[in-house]
Amino acid sequence: MAKKRMIQAINEALDGEMAKDPKVVVFGEDVEISLFGDTRGLKDKHGAHRVRNMPISETVMSGMAVGAAAAGYKVVCHMMFGNFMYTGFDSIANQASKLRYMTAGQIALPIVYMGVFGGGRSAAAQHSDAMHPMIMNLGGIKVALPATPADAMGLLRSAIHDPNPVMFLQAAGRGGEQGDVPEGDHVIELGKASTVQEGDDVTVVAIGAMVRPALRAAQELAGSGIGVDLIDPRTVVPLDSEMIFASVRKTGRLVIVDEARDMCSAASHIAAICADQCFDALKAPIRRVTVPDVALPYSPPLEKALLPNEASISDAVRRLLGKAATGGA
Amino acid sequence: MSVAPSDVNFSDEQMLGFYRDMLRIRRIEERIGDDAKAGNIPGAVHLYIGQEAVGVGFCSQLTDDDWIASTHRGHGHYLAKGGDSKLLMAEIYGRETGMCKGHGGSMHVADFSKGIIGANGIVGAGISIITGAAWAAQMDGKGAVGVAFFGDGAANQGVLGEALNVAVLWKLPVIFVCENNGFSEFSPSSTVTAGNIVDRAKPYGAAHETVDGNDLIAVHQCAARAIKHARAGHGPSLIEARTYRQRGHVEAEVSFLGAKYRSDEEVAEWIARDPIPAFAKRVIEAGQASQADLDQIEAEIAAEVTEAVQFAEGSPYPDPAMQGTNYMFA
Repeated sequence: MAKKRMIQAINEALDGEMAKDPKVVVFGEDVEISLFGDTRGLKDKHGAHRVRNMPISETVMSGMAVGAAAAGYKVVCHMMFGNFMYTGFDSIANQASKLRYMTAGQIALPIVYMGVFGGGRSAAAQHSDAMHPMIMNLGGIKVALPATPADAMGLLRSAIHDPNPVMFLQAAGRGGEQGDVPEGDHVIELGKASTVQEGDDVTVVAIGAMVRPALRAAQELAGSGIGVDLIDPRTVVPLDSEMIFASVRKTGRLVIVDEARDMCSAASHIAAICADQCFDALKAPIRRVTVPDVALPYSPPLEKALLPNEASISDAVRRLLGKAATGGA
Repeated sequence: MSVAPSDVNFSDEQMLGFYRDMLRIRRIEERIGDDAKAGNIPGAVHLYIGQEAVGVGFCSQLTDDDWIASTHRGHGHYLAKGGDSKLLMAEIYGRETGMCKGHGGSMHVADFSKGIIGANGIVGAGISIITGAAWAAQMDGKGAVGVAFFGDGAANQGVLGEALNVAVLWKLPVIFVCENNGFSEFSPSSTVTAGNIVDRAKPYGAAHETVDGNDLIAVHQCAARAIKHARAGHGPSLIEARTYRQRGHVEAEVSFLGAKYRSDEEVAEWIARDPIPAFAKRVIEAGQASQADLDQIEAEIAAEVTEAVQFAEGSPYPDPAMQGTNYMFA
C-alpha cells in the first residue's frame, strides 16, 4: 500500500494501461497539459499520436471515440467537465449506447468517457451536474463513480479494457484526496460494490463523492450506538443490487445518498428496486438524501445548503430510527 | 487532374460491373418500396433511388479495410460496399436472419466485417464516427480510409465544421461525401441551406470538389482523386455530389403529407437524368456492351431480388422470449 491522491491514481492507471497495450489511446480537451492532472505526462511517455489534444468540439469528439473504438482501439475520451458531454450527447446517447444492440452484437465499443462531476467547488450550474442517472437510463453504457484513489485506479483499469462504453466520473474537486492504493496492477471488477463499514441498524448506500460524508456520518452515529452498514456501489451500471438487497434484508432500513437531483436519481432507482425486492424486510420507509430539483448555485453558502453532507445524512438516519438529534439544524 | 474524362480508362468488364452494382441497388430498392407500400415491411424505409452512382462510384474503389458510414438512406451504400442482399432484405423484414437479427431494421443496416459501420437514424451522425475511424486508420498506418456519406440536410449539422477542422489539423484519411439530393427531409434544400455546401471546405483548407452525382464516371474519377489524396496522407476532402432524390423522404409519406413540397415537372426532369439509363446508353454507344449483355444482368438481378425476398419471407421473426438484453453489453 502507498498513499496516493486520486488524480495520481487515475494518471497511473492510464499510464500503466497505455504501456501495456498500444491500442489504448487518450484524446480530449487539453489532455496534453491536463487541467486536472489526470492525463499529465502521458504524451511525453506514450507519444503524440496516442495522446491528442482536441479542439473544443464535443460533438465530433464523442463520435470519434465511437469510430476509433469500432475500428479497433481502446479509446479514452476526456470530456473535461461532465456537463460538456451534453454538447456531444448524440454520439453517447444514440451511438455508443446503442450501436452494439442495433447490430445484434456485431461490434464491441471499448470507450471510456471521462469527466468530473458534481458540486462543492463553486463551479456553478453548468459545471456541477451529477449526470450519472441520465446515463443509467440510456442502457448500454456502464457508469463508474470511484470514491477513493484505490477504487479510481482499479475501476479505470477495468473500464479501459471493458468491451463496452464506460462513463468514468470523478468527483469534482476530490482529485487531491489521498488514500491507500495497493501496489501493482490493482483492478476492480465493474459491478462489484464495496462494504465500507458494517452495521446492523440501517443500510446507507452512498454514491461517488457522497461516500466520504456518509462514512463520517456513520462514525458519528456509531457514537450514539447506531450501526450503519455503509455500501459504496462503485458502479451504478452494472449495479451490485444483490449486495444492497442482502444488506437491506439484514438491517430493514435504507437511506440512499446521491449527489444527483432527486427526480429519477440513482437514489430513486435503488429505492424502487429495494421496495420491490425487500418489501417484507423493511421496517421503515426508504429515505433518499439527494439534491433538490434545482441547478447548483455559485455562492458557497447557497451551494453547501443543497448538497448532502454529514449532518443531513446522519439526520436522515436518526429520523428513520426515531432518534432525531436534538438541537441540530 | 490528369485523369481523362472519358470511358477509355475502364475495361468492358469494369463498365458492366458499375452497371450491375447500380442496377442491383435500384431493383432491390424498388422491391423494398413496393413491399413497404403493400404493408409487408414493419418500419419506415428511405430509398436511395436516383443516387446510386455516388455510392457505387466511391465504394467500387474501397476494400473491406476501408470504412464507410452511411445515413438513414443507407441500403445503397451497404450494397455497394459488398453487403449481402438476402441479409439486407431479411433485416428490413424484421427477421431473425437479418444481418442485425431484426434489431436494427432499415435505418441500421451494417456489416463491420466489410467496413460498413452502417446506416444511421440520426442525420449527420456518421460524420463524427467516420472521423474517428479515419483516426484509427491513420494510427494503423496501412493506408485505409474512411468515407462518410451524408445528405445536404446533414451538411447543416454543426458537426461537419467540427469534423473538417480536426480532420485538416490531423491530416486524417477521410472523405466527406455530401450527396446533395435537393431535399432536407420534406424541405427543399434551397429553403434551409445557405451558399454552396462544397464551399464549407474552404475556410478549413480542405480539398474539395463538386461532381455530377448522376454521372458514374465523373463520380468515380472524383472519388479516385479524393481516395488517393487520403491514402497518401494529405488529409480530408469534402465532395459535393449533386444528385436527386427521386422518391420521397420516406416511402409512406404520400399517406400522411397534406401537401406537395416539389412539382411533378421537377421530378420528371430529374428522372430524365436518371444515372442508370444514362450509363447504359453510354456503355452501348461506346461499344463496351450489347443490349443483350445488359438484359442478362437485368435477369440475374431479378433472380437475386426474388431470392432475397423469398429468403426474408421464409425466415422466422426473432423470438421475443430470447431477446432480453443480449446485445446491450458485450
